[in-house]
Amino acid sequence: MEPVVEVADLRVTRGGREVLHGLDLTVGAGELVGIVGPSGGGKSTLMRAIVGVQSGVEGTLRVLGQQAGSPGVRGRVGYVTQVGAIYSDLTARENLEFFAAIHGVGADQVRQVLATVDLAEAGDQVVGTMSGGQQSRVSLATALLGDPSLLVLDEPTVGLDPVLRRSLWATFADLAAGGAGVLVSTHVMDEAERCDRIALLREGRVLAAGTPSELLERTGAGSVEGAFLALIDEAAA
Amino acid sequence: MSPRITLAVARRVIRQLRRDPRTIALLLFVPCLVLLLLWWVFSEVAGGNIIDTFGPALIAFMPFTVMFIVTSVTMLRERTAGTLERMLAMPTGRADILLGYALALLSVCLVQAALVIGLGVGPLGMEVGGPVWALLLVALADSFLGTALGLAVSAFARTEFQAVQFMPALVFPQLLLCGLFVPRETMPGAAQAISDFLPLTYAIEAMQGVQAGADGHVADGTWTDLLIVVGIAVVVLALGTLTLRRRTD
Ligand SMILES: Nc1ncnc2c1ncn2[C@@H]1O[C@H](COP(=O)(O)OP(=O)(O)OP(=O)(O)O)[C@@H](O)[C@H]1O
Ligand SMILES: [Mg+2]
Repeated sequence: MEPVVEVADLRVTRGGREVLHGLDLTVGAGELVGIVGPSGGGKSTLMRAIVGVQSGVEGTLRVLGQQAGSPGVRGRVGYVTQVGAIYSDLTARENLEFFAAIHGVGADQVRQVLATVDLAEAGDQVVGTMSGGQQSRVSLATALLGDPSLLVLDEPTVGLDPVLRRSLWATFADLAAGGAGVLVSTHVMDEAERCDRIALLREGRVLAAGTPSELLERTGAGSVEGAFLALIDEAAA
Repeated sequence: MSPRITLAVARRVIRQLRRDPRTIALLLFVPCLVLLLLWWVFSEVAGGNIIDTFGPALIAFMPFTVMFIVTSVTMLRERTAGTLERMLAMPTGRADILLGYALALLSVCLVQAALVIGLGVGPLGMEVGGPVWALLLVALADSFLGTALGLAVSAFARTEFQAVQFMPALVFPQLLLCGLFVPRETMPGAAQAISDFLPLTYAIEAMQGVQAGADGHVADGTWTDLLIVVGIAVVVLALGTLTLRRRTD
């Protein structure tokens, strides 16, 4: 079956500087793939390129069998940016109703995604008055509208408590199990153990990629974070 | 572009405005207050009704300025909050965003212009030779122009503070050059030539043309002025569309 995301030799230039230097990555249908790496490594840039909002992109970049960002795939990709990208002067429900109307889906989906992110009760609260964690869940709910075949989530769990993080990762796994390709970035490396595959991204290059157990085995480390540090030391040596 | 999405944008913008009653009150009543103040400060000066002299220009100028500020600030917010990027990563057309905004703001303008025109023509006794609906039509064209310019400016401003500063930069020179304070024929040749290219010149001329009409008809050249205003607005809007880039750095 055709992969949901197919990236080959991706190069991206931002502000006159090449920040991604030839990346390869695939995400299959039903696969939960984690992008981990230090700040400034290029995680957000990679995600922006996949969603089709990044300029200065070279190389192969196919999403759902089409050119990334082409009109045919726009409605089938859910995207959560690192900044909220929601209207803070509207309620959660009003935000969702607006984005649902763009997808052409109805009130039942709005209810459903609010429940998925555990915000059914806070639906009528103005987003600007919500806690940081609630706001990021509204943003996530927005990306779930329209049953996307690909979810691109840029640090969706940052600043959330461990209980909520665990429940969100369970949600990501459920979405993947439902057949969507899910790409999640984080710099909390140990979170990524829940992924089917992990790509370690550093300074615009994939340092290593594989299943969590492969990475642990290869480095002899006890955690993803340990593996990451071992790989950096290895690259430096 | 699709009517469903355009209307969704318009509805959302109106919902945002409704959450902010203070802004609505300012939008609707500030033009009336300014007109009233103009009448009041001149009320003891001998001579004709000041509203006849400056009323049309003010009625043209207020919707333009207000819409300019509202559009530039709200569009800038969409850019910085990431909601513009989100919309464009979805099946939203650029025209949906622009037309949605225009629809929502035009409805506000309609009420705003009706109030200020009602006050001018009614209690303040502004003489209007042409039909009153023509005043409303010109006011709407002016607010459309403000929306178009505000959108274009939002692409060049990095902060809301900068966006607001564009207002005096773009508006005051036009106000001085449009012939309101000094007849255009008596201005230096270069100033006159520049004013030929400024939309506010035609906006105010159109409003004065409606006033100068007789027997329910507008004065000659008024419709041409109006068309020029709408034409410039459409061109600026088209240029503004180019600034709504799907892909950014
Ligand atoms: N708008 C921009 N213009 C120019 N360069 C940029 C821009 N945004 C990011 N960069 C640069 O691109 C590189 C990759 O940044 P990116 O945001 O993709 O990193 P990241 O892995 O998402 O980091 P973080 O974990 O902090 O979010 C960095 O060197 C950054 O300085
Ligand atoms: Mg980032």
